[in-house]
Amino acid sequence: MIPFQYTRANDVADAIKQIATDPSAKFIAGGTNLIDLIKYDVEAPSRLIDISHLPLRSVEPTSAGGVLIGAMVPNTDLAYHPLIEGRYPLLARAILSGASQQLRNMASTGGNLLQRTRCFYYYDTATPCNKREPGSGCSAIDGVNRINAILGTSEACIATHPSDMCVALAALEATVHVTGPAGARTIAFADFHRLPGNTPQRDTNLEPDEIITAIELPPKGFSENYSYLKIRDRLSYAFALVSVAAALELDGDTIKEARLALGGVAHKPWRSTAAEAALLGQRTDATAFAKAADWLLHGAKGYGHNDFKIGLARRAIIRTLGQAARGKPQSISDKKIR
Amino acid sequence: MASYIGSATSRVDGRAKVTGEAKYAGEFNVPGLVHGYVVESTIPKGRIARIDTSAALEVAGVIDVLTHRNRPQMPDKDDAYKDEVAPEKGSPYRPLYDDRILFTGQPVALVLAEDWEAARVAASMVKVEYQKEPHVTDLHAERSRAFAIDAPEKPRGDAEKAFASAAVRHAAEYFIPTEHHNPMELFASTAIWEDGRLTVYDKTQGVQNVQKYLCSVFKMKPDEVRVMSPYMGGGFGAGLRPQYQVVLAVLGARALKRPVRVMLTRAQMYALGYRPASIERLALGASSGGTLESMQHETIAVTSQFEEFARNDTGWGNLLYKSPNAKFEHKLVKLDLPTSCDMRAPGAATGVYALECAMDELAIALDADPVQLRLQCYSERHQGEDIPYTSKQLRECYQQGAAEFGWDKRNPQPRSMREGSELVGWGMASGVWEALQMPTTVRIVLTANGHAEVATAASDIGTGTYTIMAQVAADMLGLPIDNISVKLGDSTLPQCPLEGGSWIASSVCNAIANTARGVRGDLLKLAIGMKDSPLAGAGVDDVALIDGKIVSRRDATRAVSIASAMQSGNADRITREEVNKVADDKSHARNVHSAIFAEVKVDEQLGVIRVTRVVNAVAAGRILNPKTAHSQVMGGVVWGIGMALHEETLFDHRFGRVMNANIAEYHMPVNADVHDIKVIFVDEPDEIVNPLGIKGLGEIGIVGVAAAIANAVYHATGKRVRDLPITLDKVIQFN
Repeated sequence: MIPFQYTRANDVADAIKQIATDPSAKFIAGGTNLIDLIKYDVEAPSRLIDISHLPLRSVEPTSAGGVLIGAMVPNTDLAYHPLIEGRYPLLARAILSGASQQLRNMASTGGNLLQRTRCFYYYDTATPCNKREPGSGCSAIDGVNRINAILGTSEACIATHPSDMCVALAALEATVHVTGPAGARTIAFADFHRLPGNTPQRDTNLEPDEIITAIELPPKGFSENYSYLKIRDRLSYAFALVSVAAALELDGDTIKEARLALGGVAHKPWRSTAAEAALLGQRTDATAFAKAADWLLHGAKGYGHNDFKIGLARRAIIRTLGQAARGKPQSISDKKIR
Repeated sequence: MASYIGSATSRVDGRAKVTGEAKYAGEFNVPGLVHGYVVESTIPKGRIARIDTSAALEVAGVIDVLTHRNRPQMPDKDDAYKDEVAPEKGSPYRPLYDDRILFTGQPVALVLAEDWEAARVAASMVKVEYQKEPHVTDLHAERSRAFAIDAPEKPRGDAEKAFASAAVRHAAEYFIPTEHHNPMELFASTAIWEDGRLTVYDKTQGVQNVQKYLCSVFKMKPDEVRVMSPYMGGGFGAGLRPQYQVVLAVLGARALKRPVRVMLTRAQMYALGYRPASIERLALGASSGGTLESMQHETIAVTSQFEEFARNDTGWGNLLYKSPNAKFEHKLVKLDLPTSCDMRAPGAATGVYALECAMDELAIALDADPVQLRLQCYSERHQGEDIPYTSKQLRECYQQGAAEFGWDKRNPQPRSMREGSELVGWGMASGVWEALQMPTTVRIVLTANGHAEVATAASDIGTGTYTIMAQVAADMLGLPIDNISVKLGDSTLPQCPLEGGSWIASSVCNAIANTARGVRGDLLKLAIGMKDSPLAGAGVDDVALIDGKIVSRRDATRAVSIASAMQSGNADRITREEVNKVADDKSHARNVHSAIFAEVKVDEQLGVIRVTRVVNAVAAGRILNPKTAHSQVMGGVVWGIGMALHEETLFDHRFGRVMNANIAEYHMPVNADVHDIKVIFVDEPDEIVNPLGIKGLGEIGIVGVAAAIANAVYHATGKRVRDLPITLDKVIQFN
C-alpha cells in the first residue's frame, strides 16, 4: 500500500472537478472492494476522493412510475426499502444474496456496479493478468478457473463480474445516471458493463472523469413472478458459481413478458434477447424453459475447471424460471433451494 | 459444596475475552515499539540474485531492512533450529538465513519501521531478483517419486494374499487436498530487549518450546529468555512449532536494540504449515459373512524438500477392526512447499476419513448395514499390539448415536429417500484418537485467606484450559472457583508440554490433583500440630479438603479450617510443585472413540449439498466440563463439514502459488452451512488411563465426520465421491 491523499467531495460538481485534476485519483464510497485492492497492491491511487457524503441517499418514485435510487444508498438500506421490497423484490433478493450483512451495510449502490472481478489472478500481483497489467497475459485461461467465465470471454480475459445486485438490475432493465465534465447522461444497464475483448482493463463504459449519481428502475417490477437463485460453493458469503435472475409477466400460464439474466458466468450480467423472445407466448413448462436456457447459453465455452458451469447454468435457469412461474421465489433466509 | 468437575462451568476467562482485557501476542504495546513487515518470495524455488532495498530505506519512518546479507549472526548447524516437534529427519527452515528459496511466501526481507504502514509500503518497494529453478508442487504429478518411511504399524499375516482370496473385496483411492488452519488470530510476535534479557509475546501452543528454540537459535541462556502467550485466538496445530515470525521479531530486536513486533497478514499465513494433501489407498477383503480377512492402508502424503513430516494416517484400522491380515505403508513426496505440519487430528482426520469411507463401500458390497458391519468387525483389543483398552465404549457410541439419529428407519437403498427436490442420505462413520498424558508440573500457592494460584506453562488455545484448571483446583482444594486464579502461557512457569495431541486436560489436571495432594499433606501437618487436633493420627489420604476445611474422610465432624491450620502453623502461604505420574505402561491401549451419524440433503438437479443433521456420540472418559466439551466437539463437527464439503487450498502449480490465500476464497462453513448438531458424551469410567479418568477431546470431534458426510452423500445420490471436498460438480455430471 502506498501513501495517498484523502479529500472529501462536497457535491457532485466538486467530485467531478477533483477527479479531473488528478487522473490517478479514485472515488471512494463504501470502500468494500477498493480498500482490499489497495492492500493487495493491485490499486495504487494517488488520492482517494471520498464521495460517501454526497447527497445521493434517497430512494424515490419517479414521475414515469419508476424509482430513482441515489448512488450512495447503502446496499442494506436499498434491499429493505419498502419501495424495493414491495415493487422490485427481485432486486431486494439479489442484493441480500451478496456478501455479508456487514459488507452490505458499507457498500453503496453505485459502488456495487463498479466492483472488480474476483478472479484469483487479478489479486495476485506475482502472476500475469491482462486486466491488472494489460498485455501481460491471462493466467486463468489455463489456470485455476473454476470461478471464471463461460460466456463472452476473450483470449485476453475470462474474468466474471462478481455482483449479484447487477444481475437483477440487468433483468429489470435499469438505467444508470452519470455525470461528468460534459454534464449528465444516462446509460442503459446492458451498455454499462463491457465484455473483456482486447481491453479487459476496462470493466465499464463509465468514463474515468464521470460519476454514477443514480440508478433508475422502470415502472415494471415483476413483483408477482420473479426469482433470484444463486448457486455457490457454500450456502452464504461466497461469490456465485452461477446465479439466475428471472422475471415473468404471465397471463394464466402463458408468458407475456420474460427477463432472464445470469451472474457468475461472464464479464457482465448475461442476457440474451433471443432467450427472452423464445419464452414469449409459451406456457410455463420445462420445455420452454429449457429452450430459453439453450438460447441464453448459446456459445458457452468452458476452460477446464469451469466446464460444469454450462450444465449447471442450464439447470439453474430452468429451476429459477419455474420458481418465478409458480410465484415461489428463492428466499435467501431459507437455508435450502426451493 | 457441589463438585466443579463435571459441571457446565462457563469460561473463567470469558469476561476478559469479550471486554478486550485479554491481550494477544500482537497487542502488547511498549514504548519505542518497531513494526516489522515481511517481504515474501514470489517464486517457489531458486536463489535470490539481487535485493535492492534502497527505495524502501528512503521511506519516512523506515529504520532498516534486514535480509540474509545484513541480518545478525545465526548458527549454521541444523540442531540449533530443531524444536520439540520438529520432524526427526531434515533441516528446519531458517528465515533470512541465505539466498536459497525453498517455497513461495518464504520471507526474504524484514522491513523495520516506526509504524506499520511505513513498514508495509516500504516492503512493497523492496526489489528482489531471482534465479529461478524448476519447481514441483503437485502431489498427483509427483507421486511416482514417493518414498516409503517407517510405517507406524507392523504388518500381520499376508494381507495381499488374503485380499486376493477374500469373498468380498473393496479397494479404492481417496484424496484429501491441502488444508490450512486459518485461526482467527494472525500470527504475531513482540520481542522486547531489556538489559540483555529478551521477553517475547508470541502466538504459540508451547511457550517453553519457543523459549528453548530461541535460546538455541540466538545462543542465549534459559534465564535470559522469557516467552509468553497468555491467550491464543485458535491454534489447531499451526502454533505447535515456532513460526518464522518469532525469529524475525527477535532478529529485528537484536539488530536495532529496540522492541519489535512482527505480525503476519492472512495471506502470509498460507506460507506456514498446513495439513498435507494425501492420497489414501484402502484395500479391504471380507468373508461373505462380513468379517475382515485383510486390511491394507497406504498413504502418500506431502512434505517439504527439506524436512520429512509424517503422522500416523494408516494405523487407525488396528484400533477399530479385527483383521488377521493387515499391511500399512506410509510414503512421502517432497515438494517445493513449506513443511507440512499437525492440523487438528493429524493423520486421523485424513486416514480415518479414507478407512471409514472404505468400510462403507465394503458394507455396500456385502449388502450389510454399515453399523452392523462395524459391530461384526469390532475389536476388543488393539490389533497391532494385541493388548486391551483402558476403556472402549465405542459400542455404546454406535448404539446411542444410532438411537438418537433414528438410524433404524434408514432405507439402505441409495436414492431411496427424498424430500421434494432433494435426495436425502444417511451415513455414518467411526472416530478414534489417542488418550495420552505427558509429564507436567503444576505449582499451587495457597494463601491463608483461602485463595489459591494454580500455575503451569500450558497454553489455552481457546479451548478452555483456564476453566478446567480452575474447576479441578477448586475441587481438589475444597475452595470456591472464584478463589482460584490460574496462570499459564509463561515459559517461566513450571514445565508443561505443548498444547496438542489432546493431552493437556489429562496431563495438567492429574498434575493439579497430585500437587493439591501435596498441599493437603502440608495442611494436614499443620492441623495435626494444633493442640488437641481432631485430625491427630490421620494420613494425607485419610482427609479431604472440603469447603475450606481439612476434613476426615471417616468422620466429617473431625475437621480443621484451612485458615486456622495455617494460622496455628504461622504459615501465610503453602507452595507446592508436583508432577503427574505418567506410567510407562504398555499393557493397555489408550484411546477415545466416537460414532458419527450424518444426514445430507442434496438437490437432485443442482447438486447443492446441505448437512442437515449430525449426531456425534463420543466416549472420552471423564468429561470435565460438559459446556466447553460440547463446544469443542461441536467445533470439530463444523470442521468436519468443512473438510467434507468446502476446504481446499488451491494451487496453481505452474507458479507454485496458493491462489485462494484468504478466508473469502478459502471456504470453510458459515452459519448457513451448519444445521442441527447433537453431541452425546457416552459414560466411560476409566480407572486405568490416569487417576482422574480424563482422556481429552481436542481432536476426536473432527475424526470421522467427513467420512460420515461422504457416506451420506453416496446414500443420497448413489454417487461415490472420494476426492475431497465434495463440491456439486463432483456429485453431478452436468455436461
